[in-house]
Amino acid sequence: MERALFLIFALTAIVAAFNVPLRRHPLHSVLALLVVLGALTGLYVLLGAYFLAVIQVVIYAGAILVLFLFVIMLLNLRAEEARLERRPLLRWLALPFAALLGVEIAYLVRLFEENPVPSGTSVGVTESIGRELFTTYLLPFELTSILILIALVGAVVLARREGR
Amino acid sequence: MTTIPISWYLAVAAVLFTIGTVTVFVKRNAIVMLLGIELMLNAANLTLVTFSSYFRELAGQIMVFFVMVVAAAEAAVGLAIVVLLFRHRETLNVDEAQLLKL
Repeated sequence: MERALFLIFALTAIVAAFNVPLRRHPLHSVLALLVVLGALTGLYVLLGAYFLAVIQVVIYAGAILVLFLFVIMLLNLRAEEARLERRPLLRWLALPFAALLGVEIAYLVRLFEENPVPSGTSVGVTESIGRELFTTYLLPFELTSILILIALVGAVVLARREGR
Repeated sequence: MTTIPISWYLAVAAVLFTIGTVTVFVKRNAIVMLLGIELMLNAANLTLVTFSSYFRELAGQIMVFFVMVVAAAEAAVGLAIVVLLFRHRETLNVDEAQLLKL
């Protein structure tokens, strides 16, 4: 049962991930990435990281990808698509990367062959994450708020029309 | 109850990371390149969660939390730059944006 769920989520994630570079229109790429994130949510649940699964949906799917969609729809890209020329030479880069990936996976499978992930672990529930976040990692947590603020101000300054 | 080998999760993460890398290298569209970066970040997140669950240690999941925050900041600034690029050049092709100065 668990294995079947894993295979479903993993295959969904990989097939959707292939669609991200293969689709011509960036809108389709964003939607493919959305499917990847949803499948990863399933994997997080299988790994016992329930809090992160929720956060993944809320932050990634709910905020970041919507931002991407907004920008794509803001810029009228219909005429743009035809002008992006094909770069056949660069596509051959995919072959060495694929070879690298094969070696990497073979190595990993050898390394962790008989080490199953303990199932049913509930280490990632909201309570434990929150306690850890507000005690051990309080300083980094507060620093992220400054980071977000800087990014916010930066985005506003960049996107502002400088017509005075 | 059957359990899933840790290498399976790592293999999925490796595949996702590679697809993200290839996306950044092959595509010329700035938005799709940003999507490739998000894909790589998610693959790294999956690895972190896997090892966090394997060692029963929360630090990995906290790390994923921070990665998500950084990804949000990166997407906001990156997309602002994309909007700016499109406004000045009428294109998203990163090859046409060769000059720092207009």
